[in-house]
Amino acid sequence: MKDSIQTVSAGADHKLSEQDLAEAKAARYQAGKSNSVGRYIWPVCALALLLAVNLLLDASFFSISYQDGRFYGSLIDILNRSAPVALLAIGMSLVIATGGIDLSVGAVMAIVGAVCANLLITDISVFAVIIIGLSTGILAGVINGALVSYLSIQPIVATLLLMVAGRGVAQLINQGQIVTFQNDTFSAIGVGNWLGLPMPVWLVIATLLFCQLLVRRTALGLFIEAVGCNASASRYMGINDRHVKLFAYAMAGLCAAMAGMIATADIQGSDANNAGLWLELDAILAVVIGGAALTGGRFSLALSIIGALIIQTLATTIIVSGLPAKFNLLIKAIVILVVLLLQSEKFRNQCKQLLRISARGDV
Amino acid sequence: MQPVLELKHISKRYPGVKALENVDFRIFAGEVHALLGENGAGKSTLVKVMTGAESKTAGEIIIDNVAHEFATPIAAQKMGISTVYQEVNLLPNLSVAHNLFLGHEPKRYGLIDHKAMTTQAEQLLSRFKLDIDVNADLAKYSVAVQQLVAIARGVAMSAQVLVLDEPTASLDAEEVQTLFAVMEQLRSQGVAIVFITHFLDQVYQISDRITVLRNGKQVGEYLTAELPQTKLVEAMLGKELQQLTARRSNPDDKHMAGDDENAVTFSNVSAKGSIQEFDLEVPKGQAIGLAGLLGSGRTEVCNALFGIDTLSSGSISLGGKVLQLSQPSDAIHAGIALCPEDRKTDGIIAPLSIRENIILALQAKLGWWRYLSKTKQQTLADFYIDKLQIATPDADKPIGQLSGGNQQKVILARWLAVEPTLLALDEPTRGIDIGAHAEILALIKSLCDEGMSLLVTSSELEELVAFANKVVVLRDRKKVTELKGQQLTSQHVMQAIAEG
Repeated sequence: MKDSIQTVSAGADHKLSEQDLAEAKAARYQAGKSNSVGRYIWPVCALALLLAVNLLLDASFFSISYQDGRFYGSLIDILNRSAPVALLAIGMSLVIATGGIDLSVGAVMAIVGAVCANLLITDISVFAVIIIGLSTGILAGVINGALVSYLSIQPIVATLLLMVAGRGVAQLINQGQIVTFQNDTFSAIGVGNWLGLPMPVWLVIATLLFCQLLVRRTALGLFIEAVGCNASASRYMGINDRHVKLFAYAMAGLCAAMAGMIATADIQGSDANNAGLWLELDAILAVVIGGAALTGGRFSLALSIIGALIIQTLATTIIVSGLPAKFNLLIKAIVILVVLLLQSEKFRNQCKQLLRISARGDV
Repeated sequence: MQPVLELKHISKRYPGVKALENVDFRIFAGEVHALLGENGAGKSTLVKVMTGAESKTAGEIIIDNVAHEFATPIAAQKMGISTVYQEVNLLPNLSVAHNLFLGHEPKRYGLIDHKAMTTQAEQLLSRFKLDIDVNADLAKYSVAVQQLVAIARGVAMSAQVLVLDEPTASLDAEEVQTLFAVMEQLRSQGVAIVFITHFLDQVYQISDRITVLRNGKQVGEYLTAELPQTKLVEAMLGKELQQLTARRSNPDDKHMAGDDENAVTFSNVSAKGSIQEFDLEVPKGQAIGLAGLLGSGRTEVCNALFGIDTLSSGSISLGGKVLQLSQPSDAIHAGIALCPEDRKTDGIIAPLSIRENIILALQAKLGWWRYLSKTKQQTLADFYIDKLQIATPDADKPIGQLSGGNQQKVILARWLAVEPTLLALDEPTRGIDIGAHAEILALIKSLCDEGMSLLVTSSELEELVAFANKVVVLRDRKKVTELKGQQLTSQHVMQAIAEG
């Protein structure tokens, strides 16, 4: 170590020459661009491929007709049906980015549905019902977040509690019945349309825009990613990791509340047993298909939406293909496995290597 | 006499780091051989190579005149080398007896003979004066007992060489003596024991021979009886110091004007399980060094300053105003920054880009609402990449892909961007290759010249003495002495560390 002081001047050798630096600077922006584009390629390809398969199966798949002030067609149908999972996926992206997971969103949908349905049969205004419904979702999210960040319970366990209890709460609110209501204003959330597109699609678009602005035009997104990658280092930088996690779970609760209202408005009633059942798993899948790692870190809301669209398109494809319904789940699993493998750089490299080896073998 | 185990010219490289370079180590039957060195000296790596947990890059492992390659720890165990690692590596949900004999249980008709296992376990533990229920779960017992069980397991398996990595860290004085009694017994039976510790008194009590490592290189092999403690500390921390200290620019005369203006004052600071009754003044524009062996309280001072450890008594004040520090963000808002000791777990956010790693602390200080635009981020990042000569093609490269030295520069840039009044650096040059090492030292010097107050912890004394205005020596979590002016030489610091 005696030369440590002497090499201060020798340190100049390590410096990059000016030309190097100039080249490096030019490369900086390039690399940044191609990096973010690269993340979109595989999920978008998978979606395009699925749509192409549908076109082969049904030539009229892409046709959209305009009738009675709204658009009809398979594509519109996919957008509309994917709305609940897409909403859940937005919230789930934030939670997964912090290194957590939220299993309770399906149950929160049921609770919010039950709360809204039971309020709608009283005299309370629809506007108040919506506000109370959204607040219920946020409250559920805050409970999850508090369990995770302040009591340090593992996310999967903390949210499993509400996943199990939530459906019970919803059943209690409904007193074991399916509660139905007649309210055209509220029903419009699920079945209404505006400028030709179904209301749920508008809700997804609005939520995506709002969340995108919230996380990318402020530092929240960066804080979420920092906490998800390394919570300890984030704390050393003065980021309050607990608040960040609390925010993510609250957002997941809010998104679940909107999805729950769509589901309730759709059937004009609250079915505590079936509303949002297993949708948390589809939401997690959508986020994973979008390329996020369950260990936390980088996330993209747009990619998660594409993930949700892939799941819904796949479901439609299976129906369109006319395969017996009993194959549905199996095919879904296989296609998703392929999409996930395609996204893995390691897998792609292995494939390339195999191709190279076989090519050499031929010569 | 033939050594039972001999390692010749061992080198071990990790990407970007030379962990070991041309190290020799030998151990004879019936001796306790202490392996010493500061953190990052390469002790653990050497042990891992010796026990097959890591493969060596170059060199030979010789047992009974035959060169061996250990691919796995099991291969090393078969050759009679057993290891008790620093952290207890046992299964808390199994019984004590199961833990002792896991993998080589006494069998009867091919099934585990529980009765024999219980008796053998009790016999084994009686050597350690441990009278516990061997059929109870290990988790029921204290860390000290678990540590003793781990050692007993190593002893039960040991044939020729027993490696004990920091076995006494969680033991009290009496338990240490019991352990030493067992070690003496094993020594008389001809077992060779490699003993790694930070407690120098224990080295002198039990060991016959000492090998000292520093920065991945072997400093020397000594007979314990022939090596005075001061010489040992000198070997651990670095030699040829007078020569180096003469090179330093005369820091005593610098910043004398700022002497009256106290930037940060520790008065009578104590924290639970941390420093005790600690007093320190860091005058504005001065660099204060913290010296001491590992566990002496160096890092704890930084943690108390940065709001990570809560104070149980005393106060820390800045410019006469007492600070309430309950979390790092409190310290950051008060103008205090800390480059933590463990760069990997507390410093870098590996998957995020260099740009993001640089601006994060500033952004956290500004709050989530006042977002730095991408252009501003890029300007800041480019400025520091150029200023600190961070070797990277672009600011969007994930920081995890940089070398240790460049990562450290990014973390320095992160805190410089916040423009703190006081910057604490905990081991800023650890695990960094020699070129970057010098650059970081030069940077620290220039910061000091620019008027920033610095509190620098380092186990490399020549570094500290080279740039510090004052060095505070810690021992057993208390301040031993402060050295400045003419007294500030590496030898004085070393003496203070060794003798208190």
